[in-house]
Amino acid sequence: MAEIKLTTPLTEEKVRELEVGDKVLLSGTIYTGRDAAHERLVNLLEEGEDLPIDVDGQVIYYVGPAPAKPGKPIGSAGPTTSYRMDPYTPALLNEGLRGMIGKGSRSQEVKDVMEEEGAVYFAAVGGAAALIAKCIKKAEVVAYEDLGTEAIRKLEIEDLPLIVVNDAANNDLYEIGAEEYSEV
Amino acid sequence: MREVEVSEITKEIAELCQEANFELGEDVINAFKDGLENDESPTAKAILEQLLENAKIAREDRVPMCQDTGFTVIFVELGQEVKLVGGDLEEAINEGVRQGYKEGYLRKSIVSHPLKRENTGDNTPAVIHTKIVPGDKIKITVAPKGGGSENMSEVRMMKPADGVEGVKDFVIERVKESGPNPCPPIVVGVGIGGTFEKCAYLAKKALLRPIGDESPHEDIAQLEKELLEEVNKLGIGPQGLGGRTTVLDVNVEIYGAHIASLPVAVNINCHAARHKETII
Ligand code: SF4
Repeated sequence: MAEIKLTTPLTEEKVRELEVGDKVLLSGTIYTGRDAAHERLVNLLEEGEDLPIDVDGQVIYYVGPAPAKPGKPIGSAGPTTSYRMDPYTPALLNEGLRGMIGKGSRSQEVKDVMEEEGAVYFAAVGGAAALIAKCIKKAEVVAYEDLGTEAIRKLEIEDLPLIVVNDAANNDLYEIGAEEYSEV
Repeated sequence: MREVEVSEITKEIAELCQEANFELGEDVINAFKDGLENDESPTAKAILEQLLENAKIAREDRVPMCQDTGFTVIFVELGQEVKLVGGDLEEAINEGVRQGYKEGYLRKSIVSHPLKRENTGDNTPAVIHTKIVPGDKIKITVAPKGGGSENMSEVRMMKPADGVEGVKDFVIERVKESGPNPCPPIVVGVGIGGTFEKCAYLAKKALLRPIGDESPHEDIAQLEKELLEEVNKLGIGPQGLGGRTTVLDVNVEIYGAHIASLPVAVNINCHAARHKETII
């Protein structure tokens, strides 16, 4: 199990080198987005409109952060459960989205499109939100401010600890890991 | 009659909302440490280390351990010799939530209408369970409940013939199907008996018991033990990435049941197993 330092944006080539179980420390710019923002993004794509952010080569973090205390860039910011974003994800992957950060399993459809397009799904530790917030150096709302915690934010991150759960070869650590330790 | 100003309740609740979100209980922290020592999976160990570090940061910096600061579930045990003055109890409780979530920079996660889904902006309304008890004290427990783990919970109206084996299968199935979604390691609350709503209430109450606590009923304590062993054989592990530390504890509460029914509720709590209480 390797520990790999990565900086965004990610190329297809880099993403295809990642393997399930790899520990990654991610730095650079990423975007936040969850249920409501995904719905809006995909509606725009369906109408043939431009997105408020360019997702090509980018990583979306499924998070609705807690409010920032004065002097801090962001409040606690752990991942939310990803399956709720599954219906919207293939459309974004087709636009060049290279990575997603969340917690919990993805649908087979999402995994298949990830393999086709060359994308990776990372797990951040769910509930380790205070720790994760320390890796976020800057946060700025870039779209859908009206959505409050669900607005799209641009984050500058440094060494965010992640684990590759689904690689671009359609492997799934949730299946492999539980199988390895199962006694039933 | 002892008189209590409802504004005192508001103040206590505002404080408890913050404490519950900033300070993880020692029982949970010790359970993480046990897992760290005993789990064979290196990924599990790495995650448990992060959770311990996270709890420390939250406590020291007074920030929420998890960004989902939950639906504010509040249990009030109101002594029957207490006379509340100065306002409406429910409003006083909601005002406490409002103040606590604002002062503590806690996330506002509640929508006013379940279908129109507009955020109320202050995390109200709280879910309030009030019970009248003997005495002249008021016991208040604040238990913020995360959405990720709540969504993995279920009530099932089983047949009396399903018996203890049926109950066990149901609990194991719930934990297995929830997999990584409720942020394992989790705590499992089980309510058996009563009516449809009563068993759900019991399952929620079971989550307030400290980790390691045993049911006073011998057979139920045995059931808790067996269930804990079984679910930890599933291999799900912390965050569902494989390991032995899947469930920190299983707590079962029971109640009388109708001759025709065996209601069972499984309420899943994440490792952010938050609850703080006070007595006025
Ligand atoms: S399930 Fe619990 S630990 Fe996980 S994100 Fe929700 S509240 Fe936080």
